[in-house]
Amino acid sequence: MTTFPLPLTELLGQYGSFMIYLLVGVAFGATLETAGFGNSTKLAAQFYFKELTVFKVMFTAIIVAMTLIFLSSAVGLLDYSLIWVPPTYLWPGIVGGLIMGVGFIVGGFCPGTSLVGMATGKVDAFFFVLGVLSGIFIFGETVGSFAVFFESSYMGRFTLPELFGLSYDTVVLLIVVMALAMFFGAEKVEKAMGHETAQSTPRWYLPAAASLVALAALTLVIGQPENQDRWKLIEAEKSRQLDEREVQIAPAELLSLINDSKIKAVLLDVREERHFNQFHLHGARRLAEDEIIASADELIFEPANTVFVLMSNDESAATEAWKMLKAESVPNVYILEGGINNWIRTYADEEFVQERLIRKHSNEQPAWRFDAALGSRHPAAEPNEHAFEIEFEPKVKLELKRAPTSGGCG
Amino acid sequence: MSTQSRAKPYMNPYLAGTLLGVVLFLAFFITGTGLGASGGLNRLLVYGQNLVAPEHIDQVPYLLKMAGGSTNPLESWIVFLTVGTVIGGFISGLFGRRVKFETNKGPRIDNKTRWAMAFIGGGLMGYGARLARGCTSGQAMSGGAVLSVGSWAFMFAVFAGAYALAYFLRRYWN
Repeated sequence: MTTFPLPLTELLGQYGSFMIYLLVGVAFGATLETAGFGNSTKLAAQFYFKELTVFKVMFTAIIVAMTLIFLSSAVGLLDYSLIWVPPTYLWPGIVGGLIMGVGFIVGGFCPGTSLVGMATGKVDAFFFVLGVLSGIFIFGETVGSFAVFFESSYMGRFTLPELFGLSYDTVVLLIVVMALAMFFGAEKVEKAMGHETAQSTPRWYLPAAASLVALAALTLVIGQPENQDRWKLIEAEKSRQLDEREVQIAPAELLSLINDSKIKAVLLDVREERHFNQFHLHGARRLAEDEIIASADELIFEPANTVFVLMSNDESAATEAWKMLKAESVPNVYILEGGINNWIRTYADEEFVQERLIRKHSNEQPAWRFDAALGSRHPAAEPNEHAFEIEFEPKVKLELKRAPTSGGCG
Repeated sequence: MSTQSRAKPYMNPYLAGTLLGVVLFLAFFITGTGLGASGGLNRLLVYGQNLVAPEHIDQVPYLLKMAGGSTNPLESWIVFLTVGTVIGGFISGLFGRRVKFETNKGPRIDNKTRWAMAFIGGGLMGYGARLARGCTSGQAMSGGAVLSVGSWAFMFAVFAGAYALAYFLRRYWN
């Protein structure tokens, strides 16, 4: 299992984890200050092409962080699925960005740099921070009037490699090369604009750029781990859980989860569409075989009290799906014991169980016959828990979330 | 003040960018999330609002998430990150002998104009940052490094907005 990101709350407790964030903040503030970002005239100079420091610092930071993230993911140290990727709300993001661009040139800071400016006694930064607080205040009071726009064009966790249909490593290498080319251009622009500190190019520029390209190329050679590679890392521990039947929950436990108001039970049905149409549990969502891995991105960011329960006609298809989701680091995934067939045996009325039984059915085929595609309209799709007093051994233990459910500016 | 003459120069931008990149990487590597600033300010503000008008908080859904009922808006990682940013900026400024009460502005305007513009610009920044669900650090830089489509679109929008208006404000900065 990949070690990083660390389950901070589990390791250090809530306040211990907050101390880590405090330290990260100290490092962040110190680097911003030392780059000159506490000084508004230096920031604004970017937009008159006099000095492209903002662009250089920001893009260097992006390509360095990006290369290290995907390199450590490629070698199996870091789990990219657990990394907070800001979800895309395209138009609110673009409109907000334009407003911020205007605010940048008018006010001379962005929120992060104004904090650093304020910390070093810049009076204009202090007024800027007051302005930011007012802007946030007005936003909180007015967002209700345009809530539809604020929630619009939502695309979830959507990445550039998915947009362009390229692999992650290819995109990383392309961005590194493009950024370096733009730095070269930026140096030319600064010289042309007669920037006073544009001295001769330091000797380490070329080797530094070459090493970064080499790291990105190395990432490309190793490649990001596929679902099967990720499964191999956790196979020993997870196979034991399967063998000792720690994750196969009885129908009665599933029913109690569905009716537990403190738990969000997400029922994932991995059977063929025709079987699903004939009968499925109330509220179940069908997940086609080729959608399982892709669905993990979305499942990871469900609330911490979510329990995912996979089901097929018997257990084997659901078990394969369980392996895929565990390999993608989805927490709290369980398998319905004995599958839908066992569910029907438990909750359908006696007459149905007797008369509709298909005696010789092969593995992962329905054991009961339906005359029509009833979907969830069959009484057993939503049984009344109190009509059945069934004992079960509770197996579900909620895991603490490793992945943050908010990030960036959460 | 004499400190200005002794102030150390800022770091080479590529070196500073590399340091910032390593900090950003470590943030993702250890905690799973990137950097940010506007979220922390948001929660500090909501904390204040909650002291003044707690009933109001309970009526606005956007605020309710952060401070409804007994939820303490300060019990969030981003608040600690924000406080750390201020401390880190101060420490670095101290070592670089750059801590000084002053107003940075273009040569043609007076301090009061600069302060008013900083306040207005800050207001736009704060409003835009919440609309875009993140600021330059949280959305553009952190989201950019992990290849979010929305973050890259946002980044281009920020530069577009600033460059579009820069010409009209040239006398103000230069």
